[in-house]
Order: sequence, then structure tokens, then C-alpha cells
Amino acid sequence: MQSELRRPTVSFSRVVGWMSVCFLIVPVLVVVPVSFTPKRYLSWPGSEWSLRHYEVLVGEGGWLSSIGDSLIVATAAAVLALAMGTLFAVGHWRLNNGVTRNLRLFLLLPMIVPPIVHAVAFYQAWAVLKLLDTYPGLILVHSMKALPFVVLSVSASLINLDPRLEQASRSLGATSRETLWLIILPQVRPGIIAGAIFAFVTSWDEIIVAIFITSREVYTLPKRIWDGIFDNIDPAIAALGTVMILLTAIGLVVKDRYEKARNIKIGAS
Amino acid sequence: MTDVFAPSARGGSLFGASASFRKNTAYWVMVLVPAVFLATLYLTPVISVMVRSFVEPTVGLDNYATIVDSAAIRSVLGKTAYICFMTTALTLALGYVTAYAMTHAGQREKYVMFFLVILSFWISVLIRTFAWIAVLQPQGILNDILIGLGLIERPLRLVRNDIGVIVGMVHYMLPFAILPLFANMQTIDRTLVPAARALGASARWAFFTVFLPLSLPGLAGAGILVLIFSSGFYITPAILGGGKVVMVAEYISLQMSETLKWGLATSLATCLTVVVLALTVAMSRFMEVGSAGKRV
Repeated sequence: MQSELRRPTVSFSRVVGWMSVCFLIVPVLVVVPVSFTPKRYLSWPGSEWSLRHYEVLVGEGGWLSSIGDSLIVATAAAVLALAMGTLFAVGHWRLNNGVTRNLRLFLLLPMIVPPIVHAVAFYQAWAVLKLLDTYPGLILVHSMKALPFVVLSVSASLINLDPRLEQASRSLGATSRETLWLIILPQVRPGIIAGAIFAFVTSWDEIIVAIFITSREVYTLPKRIWDGIFDNIDPAIAALGTVMILLTAIGLVVKDRYEKARNIKIGAS
Repeated sequence: MTDVFAPSARGGSLFGASASFRKNTAYWVMVLVPAVFLATLYLTPVISVMVRSFVEPTVGLDNYATIVDSAAIRSVLGKTAYICFMTTALTLALGYVTAYAMTHAGQREKYVMFFLVILSFWISVLIRTFAWIAVLQPQGILNDILIGLGLIERPLRLVRNDIGVIVGMVHYMLPFAILPLFANMQTIDRTLVPAARALGASARWAFFTVFLPLSLPGLAGAGILVLIFSSGFYITPAILGGGKVVMVAEYISLQMSETLKWGLATSLATCLTVVVLALTVAMSRFMEVGSAGKRV
């Protein structure tokens, strides 16, 4: 089978495929050398390399406080989305009728409606509710935007869970709360972890609604990047980008290791 | 929303459903708490956008008449359609070939390609767009290289025009096309093409008559998905278009923040939502809506 399918080493699809992959990665990586430029503006570093733009990140420029704001908002939004999404996914898994299937589609809406529509909607509504430029205001929006991803990832890990486990637990005398905490949730832990990461990153990256509903009090990292791009194409963004790309790559490797270890464990048991 | 106490698909009779409700109260609460949360804090604001489009500045369809009549808005919509079409076509073409290459690559090569696609997927869109400025701007890296090689004498204009926006958007959308296409191609029986070849079909004939038709649902799903994301796209056009390439999302934001024409902003937002929901319904024929979610 393998020999039949083996393609000539250089084929059209392989060349174009690798070109696309390079197109995806190489231009992004230019932020790495650019971040070491000694100049004030965006430029190639030449012979002299400098860490000045990294110093700006940890200095007075407000980058650290924005990182702090983003951490606060993303953590709170992820916790809220995780609670709501897990509740729903477990309830839907157990009931799984026409009503909950429709509700599930409804809960996926924030993933489909364009962000600019969210911006208009929440700018209006939060003005009425006095939530503009407040942490609760942004946290609520981000948690709702993250909710679909939690529902999807927790539901995905519930698919493989045998409903009889729950009946067995109940018939052995556990209450429904004990069943939820001791039987169901531990089984869907990978889905919950994935959902938490999705939710956190959704908020960590969110820019469009943040542009409209926050100004000075809440100043998240994407918003500072956004302003930095429009003010003067600040090279500090390249330094930040380098750090973020590195963290993303490390995160993906860790996730991969975790999944491999888990698969081996499942395979062995 | 459907009445919760209505007979469910499983329950059959009203009595059965309410009995099921009593038995499963805890689960119903689990389902309803998030639903009510979203209905109150999400649906209400979104619906009030739609309502406002019919009542501001005057009650009626004035805003929608303006959308149809105004030459400025027509040109924004035309530009949006053009950029969406170009982005979708280029993304699908590149994405299809890449997914095909990944499907047929060896284990190790497949893994590396997959890792790089996912990596680009997870990198913040702002950082990516920023990188494109560094590459494409007049004093940027690409122009430097081309001038250094003696291929051009003066910098090419690659940002603040359609080219910059399309390049940036294809870059953002490509993983959204590659991943569902790859998933779809994984489901195609890998013995079919060799079978067609063994029966005498040329490589090209086997591809066009066997592989391509089987991958069409994936292609349609991925295409609609890219179209959905492109139509409401804001960040890349705003940054790489530099005010010269205004798509509908940026136009809405201008109505909101600069000219304060809320009627126009809300009516365009309503149109955009309707288009995107219609596309989602169309997409659901080809792939599970849930699987269209960001990031694998």
C-alpha cells in the first residue's frame, strides 16, 4: 500500500503545499530579527543588535499593565465561559432532545455573528447598563464569545462517555451532584482543559469589541498593539510578537506531548 | 426560542415531557442557565441593533433605502464583494493543493506541515498583520530584497491597496481552509485512486474523475467558511488597507465612531448578520457548524 501511494519526490502539489506553508510562517518570523533593531523605527537590525525594544516591554510604556489587564479579563472570561459551557454541554449530553439541540445552535451564535456586529451591539447595550470601559463589561462580552468553543470542546469529549456510567453511579447511591463532580467531570477533563485554553485565547486575542467598549480604564494587550500600529508602527510590537510566537510554539509542543502521553496511557490500560 | 415545556422529540406527549422535566430538573437547569444568560446579555443587544436600524432616525425602511441608493455604500459593498471573492478563490486554491500535499505526504512530513499550519493559526492576528506591514511597506523587507537584487528600482506599492489587504486576508484564512479540507480528504478511501489507475486511468484523469468529486463537499464547506469570515473582516483591511480599502466592517465602524450615523451603522450590521447567517445555513449542508469553529 505504501509503495503504491508513494509519489515522485517533486510533485506539483508538494511544491505548492510547501510554498503555502512557508507563506504562512516565514513572513511572520520577520518580527524576530526586526525586534532586535537598535533603531527607533521598524527596520532590519544590520550589524548591531539591541535589546532596547524588549526593555520597553518591561519598562514604563504600559505594556506590562496591559498584559496584566489582558490576564485579568481573559482569566475571568475563561472561568465564566467554562462554567456556563460545561454546564450546558453536560446537560445537553444527558437530555439530548429537540429543545437542547436547538439551544446548542443558539449557544454557537457568538462564534458566527461577525465581531463588528458585536461591537455595535455591546457599545449600545453597555452604554445603557453603564458597563462601558469596565472590567465586568469586557469580561462578559469575552465570556459570551468564548462560550461556543467551550460547548464544542466539552461536548466533543462527552461523545465517548458511556451514559450508563452515570446510571451506575446513581444506582450505587451517589447523588446527582456527586455523580457530576466525581464521575462525569473527571472523564471530560481533556475537553474542559481544551475549552479553557480556547476560551482564554479567545479573550486574550480579542480586539474589535475591545476597541469600541473600552478606552482608558481597561487597556488590554491587543488594544495597545492596535494603538501602537496606528501611532507609529512601534518596534516594541515586534519584540512582543517574538515572545508571543515563542510561547505559542512552546504551548503547541507541550500540548502535543500531553496528547501523546495520554494516548499511550489509554493504549496501555 | 422553542418552548421548553413543549413535547420533546423523545418525550412524545406533553405529559411525558413534563414528567421528564421533573425527573431531570437538575439537567434542565444546567441547560437553561447558560441559555438564559446568553438570551439576556447577548441576544437582547444584538436584536436591539436590528430594531434600531428600523427606527433611527425615523421609523421605517429609510436606512435600507439609503444602502441601496447611496453610491458611496454601493462602492463599499462592491469592494467588499471583490476582496471576499479574491480572498476566497486564492485561499481555496492554495488550501486545496496544500491539504492534498499533506494528505499524501509521509508521516513525518505531514506532521511538520500540520504543526506549522496550526502554529500560524494560533499566532495573534494583530502580530501577523504587523509582520505584514514590516514585509510589505515601501521601506519594508520585500522591497529591500527586490531592490537589492536589482529587480526593481523604486519600491512597489504593496500596502494601502487591494494587494496588501488580499495578501493579509489570504494569510489569515488559509488555515481555516486547509484544516477542514485536510479533514475531508482523510475520509476519502485511499485505495480508490490507485484502483482507477490500475484500471488504466491516467493520473490526471483519476484525480479529476475520482478524487476531486469526492473532495467537493469539503471544498464547498471550506469556501463558505472563508466567505463568512472574510465578509465581516475588520482588522486586516483596516491596517493593511490604511484607509484606502474600506470594507463593510470598517465602514460600519466609521458610521459609529466618526459620523455617528447609528441608523446606517445598525442597518448595515443587520444586513451583514443576515448574510452571514444565510451562509452558515448553506455551510451546514456540507459540514457540521461546530467543526467550523476556530482552531483545532
